[in-house]
Amino acid sequence: MDTSVTAPRAKIAEHAYRIRRNALRMGEVQGQGYIAQALDIADVLATAYFHAMRYRPEDPAWEERDRFLLSNGHYAIALYAALIEAGIVPEEELETYGSDDSRLPMSGMASYTPGMEMSGGSLGQGLTIAVGRGLGLKRKGSKSFVYTLFSDGELDEGAVWEGLMSAAHHKLDNLIAIVDVNNQQADGPSSQVMAFEPLTEKMQAFGWFTQRIDGNDLDAVIAAFDAARNHPGPEPRMIIADTLMGCGVPFLEAREKNHFIRVEPNEWQLALEALDAGRKA
Amino acid sequence: MSTVTAQKPKLKTSAMIASIAGEGQRTVAAPFGHALVKLAAERPEIVGMTADLAKYTDLHIFAQAYPERFYQMGMAEQLLMGAAAGFAHEGAMPFVTTYAVFATRRAYDFMHQTIAEDDLNVKIACALPGLTTGYGPSHQAAEDLALMRAMPGMTVIDPCDALDIEQMVPAVAEHKGPVYMRLLRGQVPLVLDEYDYKFELGKAKLVRDGRDVLVISSGIMTMRALEVAKALAADRIDVGVLHVPTIKPLDTSTILREAGRSGRLVVVAENHTTIGGLGEAIGAALLRAGVTPQFRQIALPDAFLDAGALPTLHDRYGISTEAMSNTIKGWLG
Repeated sequence: MDTSVTAPRAKIAEHAYRIRRNALRMGEVQGQGYIAQALDIADVLATAYFHAMRYRPEDPAWEERDRFLLSNGHYAIALYAALIEAGIVPEEELETYGSDDSRLPMSGMASYTPGMEMSGGSLGQGLTIAVGRGLGLKRKGSKSFVYTLFSDGELDEGAVWEGLMSAAHHKLDNLIAIVDVNNQQADGPSSQVMAFEPLTEKMQAFGWFTQRIDGNDLDAVIAAFDAARNHPGPEPRMIIADTLMGCGVPFLEAREKNHFIRVEPNEWQLALEALDAGRKA
Repeated sequence: MSTVTAQKPKLKTSAMIASIAGEGQRTVAAPFGHALVKLAAERPEIVGMTADLAKYTDLHIFAQAYPERFYQMGMAEQLLMGAAAGFAHEGAMPFVTTYAVFATRRAYDFMHQTIAEDDLNVKIACALPGLTTGYGPSHQAAEDLALMRAMPGMTVIDPCDALDIEQMVPAVAEHKGPVYMRLLRGQVPLVLDEYDYKFELGKAKLVRDGRDVLVISSGIMTMRALEVAKALAADRIDVGVLHVPTIKPLDTSTILREAGRSGRLVVVAENHTTIGGLGEAIGAALLRAGVTPQFRQIALPDAFLDAGALPTLHDRYGISTEAMSNTIKGWLG
């Protein structure tokens, strides 16, 4: 899998389902966690890892790989689910999620997990690192892309805007940023915690080639990644992905205050069944 | 201009001057910039990055020599640190510059999380350390060493003069991992060439021996201590000076050996607040080892320092040569 995979759409959808499934199984280990975010971002991660990115599962540090920087470290459960699906992390480690001595800590850290490119968690840092990586790759003459995922809540952090300005200033056309707009952060709906709209116009004004899509419409996600990679201009590329917390499990989609949700022991099986039902539908 | 103004006595200025050198002192221009240019010829992985302070950290010398290896990150210190981390991930060795206040107080978490936690090869060089500007607390980094000492994996250096800086630059490049170094910029005093001295990372060096007092010092306070030693020699007070340019890791064995020699007053002198710097580091090391000489600290007070002309302020806060000499004489009774 060392070139762009471009799996058929049905296969990417299957990967997205399995990423959700892996995340639910990890969530069950701890009985709680950032499950709703993992479910909302699964389609983006499936597209990144099974359509857009170049990497070698057996050699996560392969020099010619595309880099994926997870800024919102608590989304680690989602990225682990994708790394397992991609064959970078063995599936059996899923049962160790968040446990002592696990390679899969609750908040993602580069030194713990193969395929994890940065230590996130102190929010708003990923884009600044991505800028440096983009500069570094250009200096090496590399054709690799830097992808970075951050959340709408991180837009509150000033450093994100430092990164936005500098990426455009330095013409980082090898940088693809994805903002997960699920409109939920620790203290409530992101738009109420700190209003961030109109986001598309802001990103455009900051000099980014910007697309806004339904992040749970797989066709739209695939098209957006393609357009981001193939855009001929010198601008950095922004994908604003509006997503639905808990996507794929209706009773979790409906749950309120779901930044960090508690799921009752009997509900995990129900969640998996609901996911399966949706997959067949 | 009115005649009234013309008749007033000329006031001492707090204007940002480029040098801490005393009148008539030998100096070297921009030793950091020139040393980096020299090293960059042998090390293609070196890049220079700054947050709108290239001209004020001597990085402009590097930018002129290697424009394609110089990166302007704008007045954005958090971005500067995060981007340096990203660059280091891709195999470069970034030398990043700003003022010590902005790096340590505005971008601490970025150095901690993006650079130090991943043990990246980023060299952070910061001008205006301690009390080396009269601009007031916004520019005076009186607590930078305390902050940087507390960061796991960070090597911390406080050079004395141009010679120290010239020798420090290749040494920190040779060292794998993150480094925070205080920087003297512009016309930088040259002092240590008069002594049998060579900078070695992690080593304290006895620059001058003395029977009555041992001053253990870092940064510009070593320069002061050597001046104090000369001044007090006239009073038949014999002052030794142990220079500790590497604050972390601390050369505890040399410090214990020198401080353990009996009969000397031990004075730790630092261009830094009394809290959390060299003085407390050495005090704790001595206590842990059961070495308990008479121990005194010359350091900046735990306070927001005044604005004003540097000579005025150094006198006021006791780190000028004259103030230090008087303090030590007082302690000797």
